[in-house]
Amino acid sequence: MAVRPVYFDYSATTPVDPRVVEKMLPWLYEQFGNPASNSHAWGWEAEEAVEEARAQVARLVGADAREIVWTSGATESDNLAIKGAAQANQARGRHIVTLKTEHKAVLDTCHELERMGFEVTFLDVDGNGILDLDMFREALRPDTILASVMLVNNEIGVIQDIAAIGAICRDRGVIFHVDAAQATGKVEIDLQALPVDLMSFSAHKTYGPKGIGALYVRRKPRVRLQAQMHGGGHERGLRSGTLATHQIVGMGEAFRIAGEEMLAENLRCLALRDRLWAGLSAIPSVYLNGDMERRVAQNLNVSFGYIEGEALLMSLRELAVSSGSACTSASLEPSYVLRALGRDDALAHSSLRLSLGRFTTQDDVDLAIRIINERVNQLRELSPLWEMAQQGIDLNSVQWAAY
Amino acid sequence: MVGGRQGNMAYSEAVLDHYQNPRNVGGFDQADASVGTGLAGSPAVGEVTRLQIRVDESGIIEDARFKTYGCGCAIASGSLISEWVKGKSLDEALGIRSTDIAQALALPPVKIHCSILAEDAIRAAVRDYRNKHQG
Repeated sequence: MAVRPVYFDYSATTPVDPRVVEKMLPWLYEQFGNPASNSHAWGWEAEEAVEEARAQVARLVGADAREIVWTSGATESDNLAIKGAAQANQARGRHIVTLKTEHKAVLDTCHELERMGFEVTFLDVDGNGILDLDMFREALRPDTILASVMLVNNEIGVIQDIAAIGAICRDRGVIFHVDAAQATGKVEIDLQALPVDLMSFSAHKTYGPKGIGALYVRRKPRVRLQAQMHGGGHERGLRSGTLATHQIVGMGEAFRIAGEEMLAENLRCLALRDRLWAGLSAIPSVYLNGDMERRVAQNLNVSFGYIEGEALLMSLRELAVSSGSACTSASLEPSYVLRALGRDDALAHSSLRLSLGRFTTQDDVDLAIRIINERVNQLRELSPLWEMAQQGIDLNSVQWAAY
Repeated sequence: MVGGRQGNMAYSEAVLDHYQNPRNVGGFDQADASVGTGLAGSPAVGEVTRLQIRVDESGIIEDARFKTYGCGCAIASGSLISEWVKGKSLDEALGIRSTDIAQALALPPVKIHCSILAEDAIRAAVRDYRNKHQG
């Protein structure tokens, strides 16, 4: 491909910040020691770097460094948190509560636990993507041991009320896990104040490298977890495997920068996002998915009536965007997140997730507005549904063939 | 959809050509006696194709128009059949098989349903025309 498309997919992954790359490089060659080697200087300096990074990650989220466990990413953190807590606490009960709009790393882990004999309740959310607290409270049972609710949704960017959900969990003695992969650097997180027991992090959503993440495991009150990876007993036995010093240093530096620049970056992204929405909301039959107020500044998820999502994506050659949910392509299956919001199938089919970030410019946004306007119009010229709607035909009254 | 490589790389030149330059887009007056209109698919499955044929007095399809709501392969399939049916008798048009469409566009296996939809649209258009001319 001659010209790369303009990047509007920061929720999928972010580029590694050049400052982070700089910090990582020495740990690949000059300082390659194994942090677990305690008999020589190569190991000592690597261990020191790992511990500094651990402190940097802890500082961004208001945790104690001893509460941070390195993993390969948020998916592994989710697996360790959910399976580990379920298995270690199954004597108290075997019921788990989560949301239908969670990331697959949580949903599929819960399905695996179902196969292992646990019972899982998958809760609906309101039409704006937010969990109803009363519904959550009612879902908890005497045998509920664990709840898992994400802080920021990866498709629609909405922010759940983690403080309130956590308070309910505390009250009922339920362990509370939060997937915060999409939240770091976008939402203030203070684990000293938040009643959260386990929290998953990823580096590559926050301008760090892929392949590294962390799990916060509360010390007071202590959360018991069963390890999922066995071996040399690294990370106090919770996650064996040689620590990837360069990755860890990268995550630490990325989280340090996130802490310093979050406020300014959020303001800048908010202005760009609002400009984008102003330009897209002028298109007829456009719908915003997810609450606009309780949403991170970096996300916009829109549906366009009467055109299909994949055709729209394919037409937006100049833009790197996604339909929101990864890897559901090729099927006729619409986004499960949008379906959980009660969006009808046609709108769930045509959703577009635009996520912006540190390197998005106003020119990028203006280009996106122009291109999307143009292509939506072109596809509508091709769409029999748009023509019918223009003629005032109610599409729900049409007798469609069954498939 | 990001993971499925639904991007331009995954599709054949034929699909991209029809998708980027769709032929015979539009419609005829549905009430016109010489026009047959076929609607296939549904919004719920994410695909709807409308094919319209204009049939001359000797029973030959002299012109066709289509519109498609659906993915790139569905649009390409609609565009392709709008070309193929032209110059054919109704029975010849009914002889167009989804497998021919899938082959001509080199549709990937997960997109075979698009060619089936196109075949359905031809059948529906011919049926509509014949219904108009019964008795």
